[in-house]
Amino acid sequence: MIEVSDLSVNFRAGGRQIRAVSNVSFSVAGGETFGVVGESGSGKSTILRAIAGLVAMTGRLTVNDRPMGRARSKADRRVMQLVFQDPYGSLHPRQTIDDALREPLLIHGLPEIDRTVEAALADVGLLPQHRFRYPHQLSGGQRQRVAIARSLILKPSILLLDEPTSALDVSIQAEILNLISQLRRSYQLTCILVSHDLGVVAHLCNRIAIMRTGNLVELLGVDSLRQSLAHEAYTRELIAASKGFTRVVR
Amino acid sequence: MTIELTPENPPQVVPLAHWLLSDAPTSRRQAVLGNLTRGMFALAANPAALIGLLIVLALVTIAAFAPLVAGFRSPIEQDLVHRLAAPSGDHWFGTDELGRDILARTAYGARVTLTIVMLVSILVAPIGLAVGTTAGYLGGWVDAILMRITDIFLAFPRLVLALAFSAALGPGIENAVIAISLTAWPPYARIARAETVSIARSDFIAAVVLQGASTWRVLFRHIVPLCISSVIVRLTLDMAGIILTAAGLGFLGLGAQPPTAEWGAMVSTGRDVIFDQWWVATIPGLAIFIVSLGFNLLGDGLRDVFDPKNT
Amino acid sequence: MSDSPLLEVEDLNVTFPGRGGATRAVRNASFSLGRERLGIVGESGSGKSTTGRALLGLIPPPGLVSAKRLQLSGQDLSSLTDADWQRLRGRRISMVMQDPKYSLNPVLKVGRQIEETYRLHHRASQGEARRRSLAMLEAVKIRDPDLVYHFYAHQLSGGMGQRVMIAMMLIAEPDLLIADEPTSALDVTVQNEVLRILDDLVTDRGMGLIFISHNLTIVSSFCDRVLVMYGGRIVEECKASELSAARHPYTRALMKAVPVLDRPVSELAVVIRDPEWLR
Repeated sequence: MIEVSDLSVNFRAGGRQIRAVSNVSFSVAGGETFGVVGESGSGKSTILRAIAGLVAMTGRLTVNDRPMGRARSKADRRVMQLVFQDPYGSLHPRQTIDDALREPLLIHGLPEIDRTVEAALADVGLLPQHRFRYPHQLSGGQRQRVAIARSLILKPSILLLDEPTSALDVSIQAEILNLISQLRRSYQLTCILVSHDLGVVAHLCNRIAIMRTGNLVELLGVDSLRQSLAHEAYTRELIAASKGFTRVVR
Repeated sequence: MTIELTPENPPQVVPLAHWLLSDAPTSRRQAVLGNLTRGMFALAANPAALIGLLIVLALVTIAAFAPLVAGFRSPIEQDLVHRLAAPSGDHWFGTDELGRDILARTAYGARVTLTIVMLVSILVAPIGLAVGTTAGYLGGWVDAILMRITDIFLAFPRLVLALAFSAALGPGIENAVIAISLTAWPPYARIARAETVSIARSDFIAAVVLQGASTWRVLFRHIVPLCISSVIVRLTLDMAGIILTAAGLGFLGLGAQPPTAEWGAMVSTGRDVIFDQWWVATIPGLAIFIVSLGFNLLGDGLRDVFDPKNT
Repeated sequence: MSDSPLLEVEDLNVTFPGRGGATRAVRNASFSLGRERLGIVGESGSGKSTTGRALLGLIPPPGLVSAKRLQLSGQDLSSLTDADWQRLRGRRISMVMQDPKYSLNPVLKVGRQIEETYRLHHRASQGEARRRSLAMLEAVKIRDPDLVYHFYAHQLSGGMGQRVMIAMMLIAEPDLLIADEPTSALDVTVQNEVLRILDDLVTDRGMGLIFISHNLTIVSSFCDRVLVMYGGRIVEECKASELSAARHPYTRALMKAVPVLDRPVSELAVVIRDPEWLR
C-alpha cells in the first residue's frame, strides 16, 4: 500500500546542509502497522513528515500504486492523516474542539457536519460536554483523543502516528494505545507508528524499522524484536537499554 | 435524554453566571461568551487595568453624551465679553480667548479624539495584519518585498512623516487620520510577521494543511486570530502616541480646523496665555494626559490577559 | 546500615492556595532515608516533584510547607532562614533536574559553573577550584575535561549536559542527592550511561539518593526502595525487588499498564481510578 524507496531529506540549518534521512526504503502492506524506532536525531519523525508531504524529499513515494509528490490534492489528503506527538501543540488554542473537528469537514464540503462531529467524539470516548471546550480545558489524554478523532474524521485509509503517547503519563498511554488498537481494527487502517519506546512499538506493530542518524539500520518482525533476535549490534543495544538498568554488584 | 416537566420538576432557571462560566458549554456561542467572561474577570483583577478601562469608558461616554456633559453649552459660541474668564459656577473650566466654554470644548473635543483613534485603528490593524501574516507565512521573496516596504515606512520619524502627508493632503481630520495611519502601520506588520513565523511551525497549522486547507484559509481562519491579541495590545499602547500625534498636528494647525474643538489645537492657542490664564491650555492638556494614561494601563492589562502562557 | 537515618520526613504537607480553593500537592507524606537509594514514582500531579523541592526549601510562595518532622541528619529543615538554606544547598543536599538545557546557566562556561559551586561552600583559590572541577568532570566520565570545561551549555549534548549537572551537584560532596527525572530528557542508550555514572558516584561516596521519576522500570531497577505517590499521597512503600508483590491497586495497575517487550498483551491494562485512593 505504501512504498518508499531511496527516501532522503535534507535540511538547511545555519548555512549547512543536514542529511536528516539518507536513502531509506521500505514498504507497508495494506492493514499492516509498521513501526519506525530510533533515538533523537535518527530521522524517524522526518520520514513520517516526508510521507505526509510536510517536508520536501527526494526519492520515490508510492501510495496505492500512485506516485506522490510534495503537492497533494484534496483527494490525496483524504487518504492519509497524521496524529502529532504533542497534544498541547496540535490543537489550535483559540478554537473549540467542535471547531477543530468541523474544519476538515468544511474544507471538503462534506454533509451532516453536526452528526459526523458527534459520532467522531463518541468514537474516541469523549463526551458531549467536551465538544465546545477549548484545548486548555482538557487534559493531555483528552486532547490526544481529539487529535485522533480529527485525524479519522475524513475516513482515511492510512494513519501516520508520530510518537502519539510520548507526552502522556503511563496510565493515559495505555488508554490511548488501546484506543488506537481498537480504531485501526474498526476502520481497517494501515498505520505507520513512530516512537522511541520499544515496548509501545512492539505492542502495536507487525514490522519495525530501526533508524540511526538518518539511516535504516535494520528491518525486523515484532517477534524477533521481542526475542532480541536482531542482526545489528545497535538494535541489540536498543533492546537491552529498554529493559532498564542492571546494577553491578559491588 | 428527555426530562419530563411535571409540577414537581419545573424547568430550572440557570443563573447567567453559571451558564457563562460552565465548563461544559453546549454551543459555540456559550463557549465564546464564557471565554470572554473569564477574560473580563482576569482584567478586572488587575487594578491598574481596571482604572485604564474606566478611563477609556469615561472617554467614550463623554464623547457620546458631550452635549449633556457640556451642560448644553455650545463649544463654538463666542462670548468676547467673558473671554479668558477663570473657572467659576458659570463656566466650570473657564473660557478661552474667544469666550468659548472650555468644559464644552473639552467634552466635544473628546469626540474628535475618539474619532481619530478609532479610524486609525480600523485602518492600521487590518493592513498590518494582512502584510505581516502574508510575509511571515509565505516567506521567500514575498516576505522580502513586503518587509522592505515596511522598513521604508518605518524609517521615517512618525511626526515628521505625518506632517509631510498632512501638509501635502491639506488640513482636516480625515487627512490627519490618513497621515497618522500611513506612519503607524509598520510596527503591526512586524509584530504580525514575528508571531506568524513562530505559529506557522506549529503542529496545529500542519494539521490543517494536512487536511487540505488552502493558504488563504490557513492565514485567515487560523493564523490571524492568533495575532489579533498582540495587535490589540499594541494598539492600546500605541493610542497614547496616536493621540499625541493628532494633538501635535492640531497644535501645528493641521488636523482639525477651527472652530472645531480639538485638544491639541486648544493647547496650542492656550500657550500664549499659559502663565496668566493657565486653564486654557492645562485643561485640554490634562485630558490628553489622562486618556493616554488610560489606554496605556488598559493595554498593559490586556497583555496580561491575552498572554497565551496563562492556560 | 547507619544508626540514625539521613533524612526523616513525617507528615509533610505542601499546599498551594488558589482562587478555586487550596490545592494540596503533598498530603501527609512520611518516609525516612538512610544512605540508600529511594525511588519516588508517580504520574503528573502525584506530588513527587513537589516533595523533592520541599526537601530543598524550593517551594515558592504562596506555597505552604508544613511537616511534623523534617530533619536532615538531625538538623531541622522546617525553620531555616534563607542564609541557612544557602549553606545547606549544594553542601548537604543537592538536586539534579531533568533538562540541562534549562538547568545550566546559558551564558557562563560550564567549567566556571562547577567551580562556582565549589567556591560557594569551600574557601579555595581559583586554581584549586579549577583543579577540583576538572577532576569532577573526569569522575563523570567526560573524555576531554579540559576541552569541555570551556563549553557553554548549548554546545553539550543531552547526556553530557546531565553529566556536567551531576558534576556540579556533587562537587561540594553533599550527603543527599535528589534527582528529579534526571534521565527523562535523554535517549534510551544515553540514559543507562548516565545512570551508571550516578550509580558509581553514589556508591563510592556513600550518599543517600532520592530518585524521582515517572518511569517505573528505571526506578525499580536502579533503587533499593520505592515509594509510589498518587494524588499527593504515598500509596505504596516497598523494596524495589518486591514490587511485583505490591499491595496497592494503583501500583499493580500501573505496572500492568506499561507495554514491555517480553510480555506481549492484546490489550493493555487500564488504571481504573478509585476515588477512595484520594482519601
